[in-house]
Amino acid sequence: MSTTETSKSLTPSAAAKLRRTAWYQTERYSRLWAMIALGVLLALVTGEQGNTRDIFYSIESTFTGPKLWLWLAFTVGVWALREFAATPIKGAATKAKESAKSATSAGPVGSLRTRFQSDKRLKLGGIAVLLILVLVIPSGLERTWQTVLVDQIAIFALLAIGLNVVIGWAGLLDLGFFAFFAVGAYSTAYWTGRLPIEPPVVLNNFWVIPVAVVTCLICGLLLGAPTLRLRGDYLAIVTLGFHEIIYLVAKNADGLTGGPQGARLIPDFSIDFAGIEYKWSIKPLPYWYLLVFFIVLVIILFSRLEHSRVGRAWTAIREDEIAAAANGVNTVQFKLMAFAIGASTSGVAGVIFTSKYGYINPEVFPLLQSILILAYVIFGGMGSIPGVLIGTAILVWLPEALKDWVDPSDRYMYLGALLVIMMIYRPQGVWPSRRRQRELKMAEEGIGDADAMSEPAGGKF
Amino acid sequence: MSLQEFWDYLVLGVMLGSLYAVIAIGYTLVYGVLQLINFAHSEVFMLGAYGSLIVLQLVNPGDNPTAVASIGFVALAMAGSALFGGVTAYGLEKVAYRPLRRRGAPRLIFLITAIGASFFLYNLAGKLFGRDPLPLPEMYDNHNVFTIFGAGVNITQLLQFATAVVMMIGLDLVVNRTKLGKGIRAVAQDAEVAGLMGVDIDKVISRTFIIGGVLGGVAGFLFANLNQVSYTMGFIPGITAFAAAVVGGIGNIRGAMFGGILIGIVETMTVPLLGDEWRSVSAMVVLILVLMFRPMGILGERVGRAA
Repeated sequence: MSTTETSKSLTPSAAAKLRRTAWYQTERYSRLWAMIALGVLLALVTGEQGNTRDIFYSIESTFTGPKLWLWLAFTVGVWALREFAATPIKGAATKAKESAKSATSAGPVGSLRTRFQSDKRLKLGGIAVLLILVLVIPSGLERTWQTVLVDQIAIFALLAIGLNVVIGWAGLLDLGFFAFFAVGAYSTAYWTGRLPIEPPVVLNNFWVIPVAVVTCLICGLLLGAPTLRLRGDYLAIVTLGFHEIIYLVAKNADGLTGGPQGARLIPDFSIDFAGIEYKWSIKPLPYWYLLVFFIVLVIILFSRLEHSRVGRAWTAIREDEIAAAANGVNTVQFKLMAFAIGASTSGVAGVIFTSKYGYINPEVFPLLQSILILAYVIFGGMGSIPGVLIGTAILVWLPEALKDWVDPSDRYMYLGALLVIMMIYRPQGVWPSRRRQRELKMAEEGIGDADAMSEPAGGKF
Repeated sequence: MSLQEFWDYLVLGVMLGSLYAVIAIGYTLVYGVLQLINFAHSEVFMLGAYGSLIVLQLVNPGDNPTAVASIGFVALAMAGSALFGGVTAYGLEKVAYRPLRRRGAPRLIFLITAIGASFFLYNLAGKLFGRDPLPLPEMYDNHNVFTIFGAGVNITQLLQFATAVVMMIGLDLVVNRTKLGKGIRAVAQDAEVAGLMGVDIDKVISRTFIIGGVLGGVAGFLFANLNQVSYTMGFIPGITAFAAAVVGGIGNIRGAMFGGILIGIVETMTVPLLGDEWRSVSAMVVLILVLMFRPMGILGERVGRAA
């Protein structure tokens, strides 16, 4: 704030002295401090595992070991390169960038993308090739990766596509999305007769899917109806609360949900129809094909929806709710619809997951998952289905892959760091939708807001 | 539930609520100036608890410290937690939020950054300090000091309540009476105009984070004094306190205090009525009910007049 009172009482020369910045206060050296801090942080991050018998052990070993000096040398070296040798490097980089710019308008990836998007035959061909690859490649993978692919990536992809409707298209911040997955899973357990309460009829898993979808739709409506008048952040905390309630009900209502033990021996999918008899089993591949079928189905349905009247209404609501309402969009109705439709995919995912896994308990549905899945959607690029799929695949794959590279219990630390770095340098996500990209760009230039939620944080300055 | 039990639980509830109130203030302050849910505030709380643990392990109170020494240990632990909390919050703002703020990034991006930072911080703490829960070393001989309505209050509870109240009064004074407080209120009302009026926005935001961080850190110490220190300890109290801030009316400091105490009482009262396992559910049900009938919280959202 203001320093006028203090400077008035000083003589001009003294004031000038105060105003002068010493060499260590220049930006160059504050960057040096930042790099040193980064070096220490990196040394701590990659340091040894601590233990509770001696809580100083990890820090001590980092500060006495050679690793700290290596990291410091590295970060200070980067700083020195940037500060003192930057001009020639930078000059070359800008030159290269400019020449690349003149060659193609948006870089090699961008031009390929525009070509795919403009040429319909190429686009369809690309999708077909991709689909074949998706069907063929998993059979060549190791069993553990097949399991990761089916139990996590595919299931989460289905969920992320659903959440994408809620947040990417309608712009509703839902932090309790995983609760619908739990609803789907528990409906499976109920309708296959594995919960303490008996269902009226025991259904085949395939018949459970529509039932679970309807249950999730109803849950989405029940949660949405009283809360959708709330603004962004309030909706976030209410949905978070909803998840917590579902989780604790699953955990504590022993007579209803089986309590902490959950439900076991949930049957696999099976077909016994018109002479075809097949039973899915513990093997991941058959479930993979089933999941791919559902994912493709959902993608086809949703991408039809995106460009329909409904999709346009969602976009209008996301970009400016008041303007949308003024133009005759029934905002509450469309928001409810987004909520319910998004929830329904998690019903499908819940049924398949439960059948594959064979058992569920409340610990499968922690609050953390709801938050993680939101991160998948934003990371991939919200609003764009390929982006959401890529985001899910990367962020689910990464912790599994990190198991081999670093201490397994540190995996989520790296995931968190990756999220922060990604959001700072590429907030639009890996594969953003074009509309979202434009919104973000315009918001950065100060035109409009990228989210319906409200002003950008901290004003525009 | 007998009358005596009612008083017992009410006293416990107010104690717990005062803690939630202090954490909720951290959320509300940041929300006031940035309109942003600082998801990583729960990690500030957790690292504050580790700060006090580290200080106490360094000075090592030993067995049966004298009364004066006890006060010293408590003060040191509190200072350690305040330092850790403040530094964490400051670093968070500087590293994770400021680059986004400069670009005018939408709030969803802030939210994901906060989630990422939260993941990073709590796993880093787990890595550095070990992943098993640890109790704080005993700083004083804990016994009942006095009774209210027949409900005994011991030193730990008294410490917790008194610290919370002192911090809340102090904060209220800072926000309403000081120049920094004026800056905070101005930025909360309209950051752009505040900037034009000569408020150094970056400084105000940074200091707001530090204040919230100090409060959160000390709350972490008080919580750890009651329970234990662990790297995951921040999550549930963090979410509950955020719910409390929303119930009271987010952006409204007195609302956060009120909401915190309300949620504390409701949670504690659930224990004799429904059982311990339904505690969090009751807090969330209260949240949803309040928002259904008063969408801006009980005392109302007053971003700008953050007091």
